[in-house]
Amino acid sequence: MPPIDAEILARLQFAFTVAFHILFPTLTIGLAGFLVFFEAKHLRTGQEIWLRLYKFWVKIFALTFGMGVVSGIVLSYQFGTNWAEWSRITGPVLGPLIGFEVLTAFFLEAGFLGVMLFGWDKVGPRLHFLATTLVAIGTAISAFWILSANSWMQTPQGATFVDGHYVVDDWLAVIFNPSFPWRFLHMTTASYLTTTVVIAGVSAYHLLADNNREIAKRSFSVAMWALMVLAPLQIFLGDQHGLNTLEHQPMKIAAMEGNWETQSHAPFHIFAIPDQKAQTNHLELSIPWGSSLILKHSPSGVVPGLNEVPVEDQPPVGIVFWSFRVMVGIGFLFLTLGAWGVWARWRGQLTESKWLSRFAVLMSPAGFVATLAGWFVTEVGRQPWTVYGALRTADSISPTVTGASVATTLVLFLIVYGGLFGAYLYYLMKLVRRGPEALSVRETEEKPEAIRGARPGLVVPAE
Amino acid sequence: METLAIISGGIIGAAILMYVVLDGFDLGVGILFPFAPDEKARDTMINSVAPVWDGNETWLVLGGGGLLVFFPTAYSIALPAFYLPIMAMLFALIFRGVTFEFRHQAHTSAHLWNRSFFWGSLVAAFAQGVLLGALVQGVHVEGLRYAGGMFDWLSPFSILTGIGVVAGYGLLGATWVIYKTEGEIQDWARRAAIVLGGGTMIAMAAVSVMTPLMRPMIAERWFGGINLVYFAPVPLLTGALAVWLFYSILSKRELAPFLSAVGLFVLGFLGLAISLYPNIIPPSVPVWDVVAPRSSVIFALIGVAVVLPMVLIYTVYAYSVFHGKASAKGGYAHHEHE
Repeated sequence: MPPIDAEILARLQFAFTVAFHILFPTLTIGLAGFLVFFEAKHLRTGQEIWLRLYKFWVKIFALTFGMGVVSGIVLSYQFGTNWAEWSRITGPVLGPLIGFEVLTAFFLEAGFLGVMLFGWDKVGPRLHFLATTLVAIGTAISAFWILSANSWMQTPQGATFVDGHYVVDDWLAVIFNPSFPWRFLHMTTASYLTTTVVIAGVSAYHLLADNNREIAKRSFSVAMWALMVLAPLQIFLGDQHGLNTLEHQPMKIAAMEGNWETQSHAPFHIFAIPDQKAQTNHLELSIPWGSSLILKHSPSGVVPGLNEVPVEDQPPVGIVFWSFRVMVGIGFLFLTLGAWGVWARWRGQLTESKWLSRFAVLMSPAGFVATLAGWFVTEVGRQPWTVYGALRTADSISPTVTGASVATTLVLFLIVYGGLFGAYLYYLMKLVRRGPEALSVRETEEKPEAIRGARPGLVVPAE
Repeated sequence: METLAIISGGIIGAAILMYVVLDGFDLGVGILFPFAPDEKARDTMINSVAPVWDGNETWLVLGGGGLLVFFPTAYSIALPAFYLPIMAMLFALIFRGVTFEFRHQAHTSAHLWNRSFFWGSLVAAFAQGVLLGALVQGVHVEGLRYAGGMFDWLSPFSILTGIGVVAGYGLLGATWVIYKTEGEIQDWARRAAIVLGGGTMIAMAAVSVMTPLMRPMIAERWFGGINLVYFAPVPLLTGALAVWLFYSILSKRELAPFLSAVGLFVLGFLGLAISLYPNIIPPSVPVWDVVAPRSSVIFALIGVAVVLPMVLIYTVYAYSVFHGKASAKGGYAHHEHE
C-alpha cells in the first residue's frame, strides 16, 4: 500500500490535467458544428459573409484543437503511470472503448484537419466541406466513446470481476450503461452551449467596438438563435441527468443537495456550508420542500441522505455541493441571456442594445466554468470510488510510484500548463481582437449574386 | 488464446512501427530546425509537416491505447516502470505540438517557438530511444507487477539507444526534407542526411553488438543453429539498404533516400521483434501471460479489422492532397504575412 500522499497527489494531478484538457474539446466539439453550418451556408448562398465567419472561427478552432491534442496525449499515458491498478483491473472494459475512440475519432479528426486548414486551394469546395463535416463528426464520435467509458465508471454493468480484473460479458450493456445517454447529451449540449456563448460574446465585443458590423451582426444573431434553443434544452437535460443519478448514484445526489438525513419534504439549500466532520450544514438558506419537488416531483418525496452510508463511503460534500450551484447558476444566467435576446430581437433591438452586448461579453467565458463545475460534481461525487461501488480510488493507484515522483510531475504540469494557457489566451485574444476580415468593398451581403455572379467557389482564396 | 495474443502483439508492434516512421520524420524535422539555412527554410520545413503531424502522432495514442486494450497488465507494468522518461516525452511533445499554431500566430516571439519546436522534438526523440533501450535491457517484474525503482530505466545502454533514435529520426527528417524541398534547402538536407545516416549506422551497429552480449537468450535466438540462416537476411538487407541510402543521397535522388531510411527503421524494428519475441515485457513476461480477456480482444480485433483499413485509406488520401514540394508560403506562413 503506497503512502497516502501519493494517492492525494495522483488525484490532484489527474484532476488538474483532465480539467485543463476538457476546456479545449468543449470548445472544439461545438465550434466544429458551427463551422459546418457556416461553410454549408456559404456553399448554398454564395454569400461572402459566411466565408469570412468560417475563416475567422477556423483559426480559433485550430489553435484550440492543438491544445486539446497535446493535453489529451498526456491523459492516455497518465492512466498507466499513476493508475496502474485501475488500468490492470478495468483495462479489459475501458481499454477497448478508448481504443475505439482512437480508431474511429482521433484518426478521422487528424486526417481531415489538415485538409480543413490547409486544403483550400488543393481540393474543391465540396471536398473541403466534406473534410469540415468529417472533423465535426469525429469530435462527436470522440465524445461518444470517452463519455461511454466515463459513464461505465459511474454506472458499471455488463462485466464481472474474475481473477482480479473485469471480464466483459455484454459489450452493448457496457457501452450503453445507464448513465451514458444522459451524460452524452448533457456534455455535447454543454459544448454547443459554451461555444454559442463564446460566439455571442466575441460578436458582441465587435458590435460594441463597431468593428466589421455586418459580420458581427450576423454571427451574434446566429448565436442568439442557438442560445434560445440550447439554454432551456440544457436545463431539461440536466434535470433528467440528475434523476438518472438519483436512481443509480444516490450518494452523489445527497452531496449535491447537501442532504445528510434521508427525509421527505426535503428542502433545497440555496446556500449552506456543509461540514463533513459534524455531518451537518451551517448557515442554511433553504426553499422548503424544494429538493423533494425537484427530485421526486412531489413534496412528500423521500430524498436520500448521506448518513445512509459510513463516512468513509461519502464523497467530499462541500466541493460537490458548491460546484453544483455554480453550474446551475450559470445555466440560469444563460437562460436569462437567451430570453433577453428573444425580447430584444422582437423589439428589433438585438444588435443595437448595448447592455445586451455587454452582458454577452461578460458571459463569454462562463460556459467553461459551468462545464468544469459539472465535471467536478460528477467526478468528485463518484468518490471514494473510481468504479462506483466496486473499486476504491485508493486501490486504483500504481503501487510502486512514489509521492516524490507524482509531486515533481504535478509541479511541472502546473508550471507548463500555466505557461501554455497564458500563451493560448494571448494568441486567442489577439485573434479575437482582430476579428474576421472585412467584406470586400464591392460585395455587400444583401445582393451577392448580382455582383459576384453564379457560384463564388471556396477554391478561390479570398485573400 | 495464444494465437490471439500473438495477433494482438503484432497489432501493437505495427502501430508502434507506424508511429516511429511517421512521427519519426516530423520529429526529425524539428531536430534539424535550428540548423536550417534561414527562417524561410524553417517556414518551408514546418509547412511540409503541418498538415500531417497530428495524424502521425495519433499512432502514438493508438500504441498506448492499444497496449491498454490488448495487454492491460503489460500497460500497468510498463508505465510505472518507465514513469520518468514517459513524462519527459509527454512534456516534450506538448511543447513541440503547440509550436505549430503558436509560431504561426507569433510576431516578435517566433524565435521562442523555434526553440520550443527544437527542444521538444529532441527530448521526445531521446526519451523514446531511452524507452526502447530500457525495454530491451529488461524490466524487473514480480507477480505481474512492476517491482523496480524509479530509475531502473537509466543505463549506458538506454542512453546509447536514446542517441541512436535522435540520429535516426534526424535522418528520417533530413530525407523527408530532401523529398519535399528543392534548391538550397535540399542541398543542405543532403549534407545533413549524410552525417545523420552515418550516426544512425554506428548506433545500429553498436546496439546490434551489445544486445546479444547483454542477454544470452538473445544471442541464442540469433546465432543458435539454423536460426543464423533464417535471420541472416535481416542484417544483410540492412547493410544493402545503408549502401543504397548513401548512394541515393549522393546521386541526388529525391524520394529514394527517404524510402531507404524508412526501410532501415523497418528492418531495425524487425530485428528487435526477433530478439524480444515472445516477450512483451522482457525478459520474463510473454504476450500470452498478460493478454486481455477473450471478450475484450475479440471486440477490439473486430474494430481493428473494420476501421484500420479505412484509416489507412484516408491517411494515404490526406498525404496525397499535400503531395509535391512544400513552400515557405501557404500553410502556416500564409495568414500572417498577407
